[in-house]
Amino acid sequence: MSEQNTYLPYLMTIEKVIKEAPGVKTYRLKFQDEAEAEAFEFKAGQFGEYSAFDEGESTFCIASSPTRKGYIECTFRDTGRVTSGLASLEEGSTMGFRGPYGNVFPMEEWKGKNLLFIAGGIALPPMRCVIWNALDLRENFKDITIVYGAKTVNDLVYKSELKEWSDRPDVKMVTTVDPGGENADWKGEIGFVPTIVDKVAPSAENTIAIVCGPPIMIKFTFPVLEKLGFKDDQIYTTLENRMKCGVGKCGRCNVGKLYICKDGPVFSKEELNLIPAEEY
Amino acid sequence: METKYINKSGIEQWFNAIVSSGKRVFAPVNSRGQVDFKPVKKLSEVADEYIQTTQSIKASVYPKAEVLFSYEKVNGKVNLTDFDPESVAETVLWKVHPCDAAGFKPLSAIFNWDTADKLHNAHLVKTSVISFSCAAADESCFCTSVNGSPGNTAGSDIQLTMLPDGGAIAEILTFKGETLVALMPNVFEADKGEKKEKYLVDLPTRFNLEEVNAKLNKAFNSTVWKEQSERCLGCGACAFVCPTCACFDIQEDAHGSKGRRIRCWDACGFAMFTLHTSGHNPREHQSQRWRQRILHKFSYMPERLSVVGCTGCGRCSRACPVDMNILEHITSIAKQ
Repeated sequence: MSEQNTYLPYLMTIEKVIKEAPGVKTYRLKFQDEAEAEAFEFKAGQFGEYSAFDEGESTFCIASSPTRKGYIECTFRDTGRVTSGLASLEEGSTMGFRGPYGNVFPMEEWKGKNLLFIAGGIALPPMRCVIWNALDLRENFKDITIVYGAKTVNDLVYKSELKEWSDRPDVKMVTTVDPGGENADWKGEIGFVPTIVDKVAPSAENTIAIVCGPPIMIKFTFPVLEKLGFKDDQIYTTLENRMKCGVGKCGRCNVGKLYICKDGPVFSKEELNLIPAEEY
Repeated sequence: METKYINKSGIEQWFNAIVSSGKRVFAPVNSRGQVDFKPVKKLSEVADEYIQTTQSIKASVYPKAEVLFSYEKVNGKVNLTDFDPESVAETVLWKVHPCDAAGFKPLSAIFNWDTADKLHNAHLVKTSVISFSCAAADESCFCTSVNGSPGNTAGSDIQLTMLPDGGAIAEILTFKGETLVALMPNVFEADKGEKKEKYLVDLPTRFNLEEVNAKLNKAFNSTVWKEQSERCLGCGACAFVCPTCACFDIQEDAHGSKGRRIRCWDACGFAMFTLHTSGHNPREHQSQRWRQRILHKFSYMPERLSVVGCTGCGRCSRACPVDMNILEHITSIAKQ
């Protein structure tokens, strides 16, 4: 058998475009090739290289849950050359996808535990995959708590899903915006994510905390979790560094000796303690 | 492995037979004072009297820019054309130094870590390496400190050691080597029993690799990175001449309905190498990038890939416009 070209992407059709927030869109993508669609498998936490033919590739997590078959979704902000190329595509257009790459959240090991999700801004997409995965297998987990914050009400992504989660009796949903980011209709919390986590004070007993957000949010959330009694092996996050290949060769994403694309993107805090924080 | 003797005119006849076989032959050529690997047809074109080519032989198995695949947009659909391994020509590399031949192993270790790299492997399969052992070295050479030697045969299909009579000891090392010999077998005579070591340059070891490795494991937060890289311009010359540096970028080249995705050499010394779109840069300072360069080669690669990312060719020291010298820097880390 001849070797596969790792860099040759799957061809995907954009089946649905959802405008999430200013500059932020979610694309639902379907494989154009039936056999590829059939063979494709991934797990919560993995990522891919998404491409606009003309502009190049960009790295995002897979934002949909592996329990939802037949498509994948990605959520991205229009910021650079590739993401603006992607953002200009319409429903029915073709784009490229390579993946899935990287390791996974150990959801099997989390059976029977409480899950606490803490996310900030555009970092909810990697967590949304895990949240839906857990909700679709709800009986496997005990309490599910989600703390999500953004700069302003407008910047919150997945607005209809936030409502769906907060309407569910089996989810404790806390939404917050940074001070000054609220509007007249805002009924959620006002305050930075770490402050709100402190206020909500979830129990560390039999709980796994999954934290994802900008570095500054993570930096201030970890001490709050520590104060609440969370041990380092109870805290997980997913990291992102600039990548080109996604498969451990291009040399960009390493943090110390670990490669985010291969050893991550999912790391427990216990693992993070062993690698230099300045490199992510 | 078989050792033979080949005389001066035999070398030329054999070289001509290789060229006539239709394979591309690359050899060091002196062009206005700069010696580099170029396509050659005659042995007289091959350079003499130099220590090291400016560029390594890396580009033969990892081109500076290579099309990963191309595409065409037709009526809203996209048609992909994969890289074709058959498009790679049979290539013979003539007069490669042992430090360049030794670079194939770390390069392949990077490209085939976990997932096989179709493009790199297509080049490797089509490439035969005829190395020449080293009778001379300069102050930048340090192969003996990184598991190499002037007569190291790693990565070579045939190694020639030149003799005073103009002939050579020919070590035929692999099946590919035998195939090249088979192009003109009658010029390969019985081994005369000459010891090749007699004709190799004496290159003392400059540092102990294990000692360096042990020091580096504890050196992430050392002040040495800032001290050593204070004068670094971040020009990337060291990475571009290195036989083992493999870091790359992927670029898009699109015009109208057609486009190509291209893998290009890149360098960890560049400020933009790790820059996020948000403006955050995990390796913001040159000292962090210099540390990455050294730790990647001498700590991360040995640990993760069981291979050192340096063959001691000394090109980075020769190419550096501000005289950063890897040998001096590594030696000083070893002494800390």
